[in-house]
Amino acid sequence: MSMKPIWYFVGLILFVIGGIIFLTGIYQLINPPETNKILSELHPNIWWGVIMALFGGFMFLKTRKQTA
Amino acid sequence: MEAIGLTFIDWIIILIYFAFILGIGWYLKKFTKSEEDFFLAGRRNSSWVAGLAFLSANLGALELLGMTGNTFKYGMYVAHFYWIGAIPAMVFLGIYMMPFYYSSKIKSIPGYLKLRFDEKTRVLNGIAFAIMTLLVSGINLYAMALVLHTFLGWNWDISMWVSALTVMGYVTLSGLMSAIFTEIIQFFLIWFGLFLVSILGIIEIGSFDQILNRLPESMNTLWSTSGDPTQNGMLVHWGGIVLGLGFVLSFGYWTTDFLVVQRAFSAKNLHAARMTPLLASFFKMALPFIVILAGLIAIALSGDPNSGFKLLEDGGQVNYDSALPLLIARYYPSGLVGLGVTALLAGFMAGQAGNISAFNTVWTYDIYKSVLNKKATDAHLLRMGRVSTVVGVILSLGTAYWAKSFPSIMDYMQAIFSWVNAPLFATMLLGMFLWWITPNGAFWGLVVGMLSSFFMWLAVKFHWFSESIITMSSVQSDMAANFWRAWWAWLICFALTIIISLFTKKKPKEELIGLVKGLTEEKHDSHLPFIKRPEFVAIISIIILVVLNILFW
Repeated sequence: MSMKPIWYFVGLILFVIGGIIFLTGIYQLINPPETNKILSELHPNIWWGVIMALFGGFMFLKTRKQTA
Repeated sequence: MEAIGLTFIDWIIILIYFAFILGIGWYLKKFTKSEEDFFLAGRRNSSWVAGLAFLSANLGALELLGMTGNTFKYGMYVAHFYWIGAIPAMVFLGIYMMPFYYSSKIKSIPGYLKLRFDEKTRVLNGIAFAIMTLLVSGINLYAMALVLHTFLGWNWDISMWVSALTVMGYVTLSGLMSAIFTEIIQFFLIWFGLFLVSILGIIEIGSFDQILNRLPESMNTLWSTSGDPTQNGMLVHWGGIVLGLGFVLSFGYWTTDFLVVQRAFSAKNLHAARMTPLLASFFKMALPFIVILAGLIAIALSGDPNSGFKLLEDGGQVNYDSALPLLIARYYPSGLVGLGVTALLAGFMAGQAGNISAFNTVWTYDIYKSVLNKKATDAHLLRMGRVSTVVGVILSLGTAYWAKSFPSIMDYMQAIFSWVNAPLFATMLLGMFLWWITPNGAFWGLVVGMLSSFFMWLAVKFHWFSESIITMSSVQSDMAANFWRAWWAWLICFALTIIISLFTKKKPKEELIGLVKGLTEEKHDSHLPFIKRPEFVAIISIIILVVLNILFW
């Protein structure tokens, strides 16, 4: 069995965590929390979660068939 | 301070990280079959993997919190740690030193000292490095528990034991390879977890220029106020920055500290090993856009009474390390808080794993095999590597509890580096570039260099003489004193090594082929087109360094 490259694992964890942050942002958009952080009107968890998940997803897909 | 509250989602993200890195350790175990797999990750890494690990081994959370805090204290001068205090040394390592390290097939830095000089110099450095590593590892562990307790309200013992046992788990399973994997994951988590603080800070304040405009002049430039120590936040003369930080401390750390250089040894060939610090240099230059910028944002916000931003105070003393956690608490909503905390945790744990994987290698090769069991087989050394990982973590926990009862030990971290690394750089430089430097010259130069650095620190600490004798200035900060002490320790070791070498027995030239410049044929990468050679990458790196320094002059 061949070893997966590190980029595969980096992509996977960024995709998973980015996805969770994005979904949390969507939830908070629909159900706003009682106390807001500074600049919360920008909904950073939505767009930052998307950037992270896209970056991770790209790395994961690109390396899923590669070996180290 | 009211603890930063974590929601269920934040906890999920933290738990995913823990499960993930333990899973990676388990996954990699089946590829860890020999001692070379365990201690040098099988020497199969690309320059990108080795380069990111090289940088990340140095990128602990203590550094992130500490450097952001230092920026609040000293201003933009802290960027010198990332630019002149790192890049020339990384380039020098890749271009001039790595061919000797890598081609001699050594497994550790003390291993080079054995080949170039003799066994006693190797063992001296091996023991000094092992003690330093365990001290730093324990202090890091203590610092992590302190941060988690202060900002998140976590139990001191539980957070320390859980993270230490997790690191022990994955490093014992697969050694350097798992340490490198987690270091690279940490690198990405730190960028995604903390860069957003800088982005949101700029949005809140208006622009980068507006941040600089809100700072006093002593804090918003790199060099223009360095001619007079009273005019800059760090109270240091440019001579101290160039000689102490830019030359001795930086070269001492980046070219001889096995914690970082071990990552380059894991590269698959000499070309990849030479490219390792060069590629890392670009990412190192970018780090101020996280740490320094966050510190500058914190200064700008705290100067505005309407912002409501104020650093914590402990017993009337400002807690500078609180700058980054307070910015996270200010901007990050649920989910992102979990990511920010995971980035800090990852930084702490990767730093811990880096220290332990360097310790187990130096212990196994340079102390155990060199002194205690010269006939140990490969399989036996692999077992010893795993046992010393467990013992190293236990000793680190012991050091952490010691640090808890003696918290001012944290202030000595920089001093510890100047005791060991600054004189070692003089020994390495002379040994690698002058064939007539002798084993006795190197050994006694190193001993006196280390003792002199320790003595200078003691003398200032107990007021035997004034710090101004070391810094040659009537005003100075602790940081300035560290720079100058490192310079003097280096100079003492350098001079003494030369003087003793003039009167003691030299090694025959034929024993030094491959270890010393001038006796070794050098045709590295000469078959490659110029733009693919490390020299070209080094030139680009230096050009960017010069541009950054001019931009923020």
